Amino acid sequence: MGLNKDYEDIPGTFVFDADRGREGYQLNQFCISLRKAPNREEFGADEGAYLDKYKMTAGQRQAVIDRDWNQLLELGGNIYYTSKLAANDGINFQQLAGLMTGMGNDAYRAMMLAGGRSPEGNRYQHEWDEKGEE
Amino acid sequence: MARITAGVGCSHVPAIGVAMDSGITKQSYWEPVFEGFEKSREWMKAQKADVVFLVYNDHCTVFDATCIPTFALGCAPEFAPADEGWGPRPVPVVKNHQRLASHIAHSLILDEFDITIMNEMEVDHGLTVPMSVMFGDKGIDDEWPCLVIPLCVNVVQYPAPTGNRCYNLGKAIRRAVDSFDEDLNVVVFGTGGMSHQLQYKRAGLINKEWDTQFLNRLTSDPVSLSQTPHIDYLREAGSEGVEMVMWHVMRGALDDDVEEIHRHYHVPASNTAVGHIILENKKDQKAKI
Repeated sequence: MGLNKDYEDIPGTFVFDADRGREGYQLNQFCISLRKAPNREEFGADEGAYLDKYKMTAGQRQAVIDRDWNQLLELGGNIYYTSKLAANDGINFQQLAGLMTGMGNDAYRAMMLAGGRSPEGNRYQHEWDEKGEE
Repeated sequence: MARITAGVGCSHVPAIGVAMDSGITKQSYWEPVFEGFEKSREWMKAQKADVVFLVYNDHCTVFDATCIPTFALGCAPEFAPADEGWGPRPVPVVKNHQRLASHIAHSLILDEFDITIMNEMEVDHGLTVPMSVMFGDKGIDDEWPCLVIPLCVNVVQYPAPTGNRCYNLGKAIRRAVDSFDEDLNVVVFGTGGMSHQLQYKRAGLINKEWDTQFLNRLTSDPVSLSQTPHIDYLREAGSEGVEMVMWHVMRGALDDDVEEIHRHYHVPASNTAVGHIILENKKDQKAKI
């Protein structure tokens, strides 16, 4: 019997499980390396040369270069790792959420001040499908 | 004998640490967050705790993906604040009660909790933010008023340990502390949560009703609460809401019969619902009178 991944029908969410951890290993190891200042400097000086040290897929590498924050998660990245790349770029968690949700910083911040995103209509994928959300 | 007298549940939002470190806690955005901890700081001071046993998680700071222990117990002499990408927090180094930590490690493994022993470890905001909110501003050259034993729980790579496992680990920690020969007052912190999702298109999820129920049941209905399946945290409280399993370790380490001393809940701090509770064992309250 396979594992029951009952969390795969939560919309707009990637649960970072062991399969994703395997796919994203090199990408995530790259990201965490940026928590140290000398590595941030080296990456900043020549992104391509620095990325060559990690055997990530071409898609993962491109997503890093493009700073495609959602694509990074789709390809096995985890938010606590990708946030290190964001921090390197001067982007904090809330600004990053503004980018990933496509709302932008001001609208996202306003939503949080108004109590956050309600669970109503946001629990199951079919609820988003019916609304025409991606 | 050492004894566990009280427990603290507390969010560990990194932005709370940033707000304290940059002196903006009186700004209108932050004031309501910190107001709720004023009573907590008075309470904490009055406890005269010798040791805080602090359950938290690392956020891919000190632990990278090479090794992912489910439960890692800090047994080193001290734990320095880690650089999380913007420099280490300017707060004191955390000092351990090393002999008690070794005793707990020994006791837990014979009690069939096969924890990982950390003889060197830095600590991130998951540990330092709860210290800051409960003890107030401390600079690099200050000292925390008590010793700290960190227990680091994997809640980043799914699955986190179950709530049931965490609750029972709390019971085992209680047995370990109860069998230690030095007279010590130990307070247990369970940290993380409450509802929040940091990632992807559903980021920003907050579920006040769910969080409130969690806080209510923590006092009166902890065993049934600890049976909450992971899918409920993920769906109802956001993908990072699963951090709340760490509160069950704290609750398991207390008596069945506890009294809620204080509660605080506020939305938002950055992406997160801030939740906080203080619980005391009822029999320790009688002992004080």
